[in-house]
Amino acid sequence: MIHSRDMQEKTTAQNVPEEWFRLLDRKKTVQQTLVRPSVSYWSDAWIQLKKNKLAMLGLGFLILLGIAALFGPIVSPYSVTAQHLTLQNLAPSASHWFGTDELGRDVFTRTWYGARISLFVGVVAALVDLLIGVAYGGISGYIGGKTDLVMMRIIEILYGLPYLLVVILLMVVMGPSLLTIIVALTVTGWTGMARIVRGQVLQLKNYEFVTASKSFGSKPWRIVRKNLVPNTMGPIIVQMTLTVPSAIFSEAFLSFLGLGVQAPFASWGVMASDGLSALLAGYWWRLFFPALFISLTMFAFNILGDGLQDALDPKLRR
Amino acid sequence: MLRFVLNRFLAMILTLWVIATLTFLLMHAIPGSPFNNLNGKVLSDAAVKNLEAHYHIDQPLPVQYLIYLKSIATFTYGPSIKQPAQTVNDLLGRGFPVSFELGMWALVVAVLTGVVLGIFAALKHNGLIDYLAMTLAVLGISIPNFVLATLLIQEFAVNLHLLPAGTWQGLAYMIMPIIALATGPMAIIARLIRSSMLEVLTQDYIRTAQAKGLPPFIIVMKHALKNALLPVVTVLGTLAASILTGTFVIEKIFAIPGMGKYFVDSINSRDYPVIMGTTMFYSALLIFMLFLVDLAYGWLDPRIKQSKEGSK
Amino acid sequence: MKKSSGKLLEVKNLHVSFQTHGGEVHAVRGVDFDIEQGETLAIVGESGCGKSVTSLAVMGLIPKPHGKIVAGSIQFKGTEITALSAKRMRRIQGSDLSMIFQDPMTALNPTLTIGSQLTEGIIYQKKLSRQAAHQKAIEMLQLVGLSNAEQRMKQYPHQFSGGMRQRIVIAMALICKPSLIIADEPTTALDVTIQAQILELFDQIQEETNVSMIMITHDLGVVAKTADRVAVMYAGKIVEMGNKRDIFYHAKHPYTQALLNAIVRLDLPSDTLKPIEGAPPDLFAPPQGCSFCDRCPFAMEVCRHVQPPTTAVDDHHTADCWLLDKRADAIRQKVEIY
Repeated sequence: MIHSRDMQEKTTAQNVPEEWFRLLDRKKTVQQTLVRPSVSYWSDAWIQLKKNKLAMLGLGFLILLGIAALFGPIVSPYSVTAQHLTLQNLAPSASHWFGTDELGRDVFTRTWYGARISLFVGVVAALVDLLIGVAYGGISGYIGGKTDLVMMRIIEILYGLPYLLVVILLMVVMGPSLLTIIVALTVTGWTGMARIVRGQVLQLKNYEFVTASKSFGSKPWRIVRKNLVPNTMGPIIVQMTLTVPSAIFSEAFLSFLGLGVQAPFASWGVMASDGLSALLAGYWWRLFFPALFISLTMFAFNILGDGLQDALDPKLRR
Repeated sequence: MLRFVLNRFLAMILTLWVIATLTFLLMHAIPGSPFNNLNGKVLSDAAVKNLEAHYHIDQPLPVQYLIYLKSIATFTYGPSIKQPAQTVNDLLGRGFPVSFELGMWALVVAVLTGVVLGIFAALKHNGLIDYLAMTLAVLGISIPNFVLATLLIQEFAVNLHLLPAGTWQGLAYMIMPIIALATGPMAIIARLIRSSMLEVLTQDYIRTAQAKGLPPFIIVMKHALKNALLPVVTVLGTLAASILTGTFVIEKIFAIPGMGKYFVDSINSRDYPVIMGTTMFYSALLIFMLFLVDLAYGWLDPRIKQSKEGSK
Repeated sequence: MKKSSGKLLEVKNLHVSFQTHGGEVHAVRGVDFDIEQGETLAIVGESGCGKSVTSLAVMGLIPKPHGKIVAGSIQFKGTEITALSAKRMRRIQGSDLSMIFQDPMTALNPTLTIGSQLTEGIIYQKKLSRQAAHQKAIEMLQLVGLSNAEQRMKQYPHQFSGGMRQRIVIAMALICKPSLIIADEPTTALDVTIQAQILELFDQIQEETNVSMIMITHDLGVVAKTADRVAVMYAGKIVEMGNKRDIFYHAKHPYTQALLNAIVRLDLPSDTLKPIEGAPPDLFAPPQGCSFCDRCPFAMEVCRHVQPPTTAVDDHHTADCWLLDKRADAIRQKVEIY
């Protein structure tokens, strides 16, 4: 460069060097425009999510909880079901961190075992919702017309069913068990997912890139897989992170009414229900720990869901 | 508008019929007779037959179905099997008003506080109030109502002796159950209002209103709120449903003499008439609420009234 | 204090910035213009050149807290409106200074009747009674050419076509008898036939009310129909300003020339249509020199280093271009600016 930085800074309209008044050779000029590096949708979403400390906290908690649920009962020296009538209702101590219950079982061990059941219910319910919802909503939205109309009417009727009453009725018919709970939760639960998927499909169906791939003669299934699925993933993931806690909550609610998982299995809801009566006797730890973990898990899922929603919503990114 | 109402009304009747049929089929899929073990006494075969005849259980299924549909239409469910002295209508008449009072108060409290919190959070977006309100809201969603109820009892009744816990004898007795029941829905509403308010505030018509020089208060109340309320109205039906069924748990904790106890008892003892009666009654009530919600939606959004579809 | 020269609006050295995730965007970077009573100024430019932001700044509607007027002054009838409190500003917004937005489909609130949206401004600003406001609104609807005004008042926006909605939006802007209307791309969202009708309506209104207008547009056809004077904006700056003749027949700035060359003209052979190569500069980091330098066919070394000064072509025509500098005389002859 002919001119030093200092000189450039001092140049004004008046003292511009005469030799600068010559045409530039267009071919040689370097493009000044900066092109910011383009980031893919998912890595950009991940970057956004990582910035959200609260959401990362939730994610971290859930990972830890998952590990504890998997390995806690195995590592613990105490059995989940074995009763020790000499160790009834012990307060938290060095040997029993969360105390023991009225049958002398270690609450710490049972809490992780309960986590297994609660998380299992939540995750399976969300997965079943996902399967049915995506298939139903995808078909309804993609085919459209009369089919769509009928399929949506069916959803409307299902949506009108008071969900907890259906669940309770099913529990009566099928008898309380883990399977019943999951069936009951998913009977009405998938409609929300189906609606979301349908809405997204309808919106995307009219977009140009879909029309474009249609005109190239792509098969419908290929269009769904290549275009619609990646584009609907955002709302679906968010919906799933919110389904899991609501399934966990429903399970706890049912167990609390005595309609949930039966002994000797213990979900958090069952433990909390048992703990409620123990509270009056002063054995607070029996309610406190399961209740705490239900709340923390719901909290973690909710803040993670919020974070995902912000990170995955293209409208909020600017 | 009339067409819209009629359309919704027919959908409501259809839904009710589906529920009635489902309930009927489910009830009859249960193995075993309710009379095998009546109030702890084992009955003779003859006595069971007698009772079954009285409750039409010996009839073929289609006949039972018709009798059942007729009883629903006329709202006469007959006596409870376990407590023959009482009809289902008696039980509902005794328990429901209490449950309804609790549920409606909770709903009103939830909607009012939720809407106010949500609006303030949206207007002070990313400010202190926003963070406080949203932290409160996430906590409200995260803590199950039975946990909150126990916490409230422990703190305000046992430790501080401020409020009476248990039974249903006046305002002081109502405070804790209502708070326990309203907190979750309140949190949901607050979050919904906040996000829809934030969305609405970026709309062009809000800028148009600002360009008219209208003060922020009028813009929020007149232009933004009505639009921001739409998503809340949509979930109001399901929220009302979850509050009304939520009363079952709260009633159990606070020993409130509502429908919850009868219903749970009836399930455990297979008291068909009571199960069916309560289910149908609650379903009808909730579906009627969804119907009202649809009407409110039509009123809030003039575009709905015009469209022939009327449902989206 | 010196009273400003009878101009209705004077904008001086306006700078507006926005905070975004990617950093600060300098959307408007030193804009000067003024408007006299009864005059129409068109601001032309590509999307993203800062013309809409300029108009929002004049209206006091820069979205907070992300956007900010960083420097400069906006005087409306001699009052410095950048310094006004929000409350005092509201007294001017909508009553003396009103705005017509781009998309009539979204500019009206879908849940309120036309009548309610038409009257609320005048009821609040002029403290008119409901009946008086109602009467006034009907007059306005008639003025903008809507039949059945009485029934129309009770209807909702979705019951109107795009063109009718734009007429309603215009009626709304006119109802308080403002001295200045800013129209931000008022015809862009409309069909071509409707566009012509709306532009006609602007003419008629201006004749009847002598209102001043700022017409923001990217469409030189609209400029040709409506403007008295034209300001061409590029990358947050006004690069050329003059009356309509100056711009259309004696454009001095290569960007203005490029804009004119990019119009489809049926009377010329199709190879004279030249799209402008390249894209506008990134306003996250505005270039050091002339912002059009990279796309300019006549760019000189100096353009890359120093921003061109505003140079007067004659008393009503200016352009920001180094080619107008004395030292570029030789080159100017060589490249033959037409």
